[in-house]
Amino acid sequence: MRRTSIVFGFLAAGTAMLALAALHARIAAAPERARMARSAALVRAVGLTDLALFTEARFTRNPALADLQTAFQDAPMSFEHFPSGTFAPRPAAGFGRGELRFGPEEVAR
Amino acid sequence: MTSWLRRQRALAEYTLAALARRRIKNTGLLLIYAVVIFVVASATLFATALRKEAEVVLAGAPELIVQNLVMGRHDMISGEVIAEIDGIRGVAGIKGRLWGYFYDRLNGANYTLMVPLDPDMAPPEGQAIIGESLPRVRELPWETAPLFLSRYPGDLVRFDIAERLSSESALVSTDLILLNEADFRAFFELPENVYTDIALSIRNPREIDTIVEKIGRLLPNARLVTRDEIARTYQKLFSWREGIMVLLAGASVLAFVIFASEKASGLSAEETREIGILKAIGWDTGDVIAMKLWEGGLISFSAFLLGTVLAYLHVFAFDAGLFASVLKGWSVIYPDFALTPGIDGLQLTALFFLTVLPYVAATIVPIWRAATADPDQVMR
Repeated sequence: MRRTSIVFGFLAAGTAMLALAALHARIAAAPERARMARSAALVRAVGLTDLALFTEARFTRNPALADLQTAFQDAPMSFEHFPSGTFAPRPAAGFGRGELRFGPEEVAR
Repeated sequence: MTSWLRRQRALAEYTLAALARRRIKNTGLLLIYAVVIFVVASATLFATALRKEAEVVLAGAPELIVQNLVMGRHDMISGEVIAEIDGIRGVAGIKGRLWGYFYDRLNGANYTLMVPLDPDMAPPEGQAIIGESLPRVRELPWETAPLFLSRYPGDLVRFDIAERLSSESALVSTDLILLNEADFRAFFELPENVYTDIALSIRNPREIDTIVEKIGRLLPNARLVTRDEIARTYQKLFSWREGIMVLLAGASVLAFVIFASEKASGLSAEETREIGILKAIGWDTGDVIAMKLWEGGLISFSAFLLGTVLAYLHVFAFDAGLFASVLKGWSVIYPDFALTPGIDGLQLTALFFLTVLPYVAATIVPIWRAATADPDQVMR
């Protein structure tokens, strides 16, 4: 058998597997949507706000609700030391609003 | 057309024979290449699936959370505030949330104790609804075995198990212990009429900003978190620009780029000689370049297919086992969750163009230089 036949055969098999993966994702979509809907119903009934991915510390369990200064909450010198802190993003809007939200006449008063 | 195809096939045949002459080196290259694509594709598939899960599941989260801050820290909020906020127009529903953490000295796990917002879901007195990981980390010997929690040495509080939450919602509920309000207050010795925070539902989502402003004026010390902000946190979590993903993928991609450019751009003396001989026996520049295109294409396309298919299996058949230890960190509890399989065509195409094309391009440039030179000079 020619080398190209074998290699092209492998490549075709690889492409077919990728197509099969896409098909699998499509077939799994409907039951998975139902599963996520049940999870969403639980979130609504219990009133949850976060994913339970990082349970290692108080402030990593609920990243959406944790204080922004949590890294320093236990001691002034304690930088973030929990591994999941690496995943937590900086707030999208930055830390401050950049305005004090009152007018000059109030400052004068 | 057929003659063109036959010619290409002959070129591919020659290329494979040439690759087979340096079998170990090329197999090594293919494997490293596939591993790099596997890591990048796994991270992409995993992050996308997780973000999608967060987007769908957390759509049921409260529209607005009001937290009380004392000295810059989250503190309990008085129930009297509920009546004040309830008077604001546009607020459809308002409830105090009771939730807190419990560190289990027995196994070092952190549990989240909570009172469900929906009173129908609250378990009867003395009972608890527990998340999927509790029986696992506490090694509860039988289905209805009671849960004993110890707050301090000598203390033991018993909860009978009303229900075990299904593992299909593990990603949001794995560490939960749901109690009724009286049990929760007794367990944490909380006074009446204080809450951890307040959850609001809002009739018209367009009014959220106005309501946030009104509450801000009413409770200047409060911190307000909208559902949009929660969603944004999770859309940004694991994003490419953030920490660990850059570390994970960046280092390996960089190492591969150095390796591949070294391999692809610097022609070995042997390869240069080979090109010289090919040209001397009558191959033209186009043939040599086509042959090298086949080489780059075969290696990078094989690596792409291998890496992507393995990444799909890793993330969706083996629950991203390689990432679990990274995500778990120091936690005792890690949810046993499966993600919704999905392939994002756009991401896959981007991955293809970012991995396959640069390699093919890197092979072509030095070959072009060697192939256009005089055979006599190249062979010397």
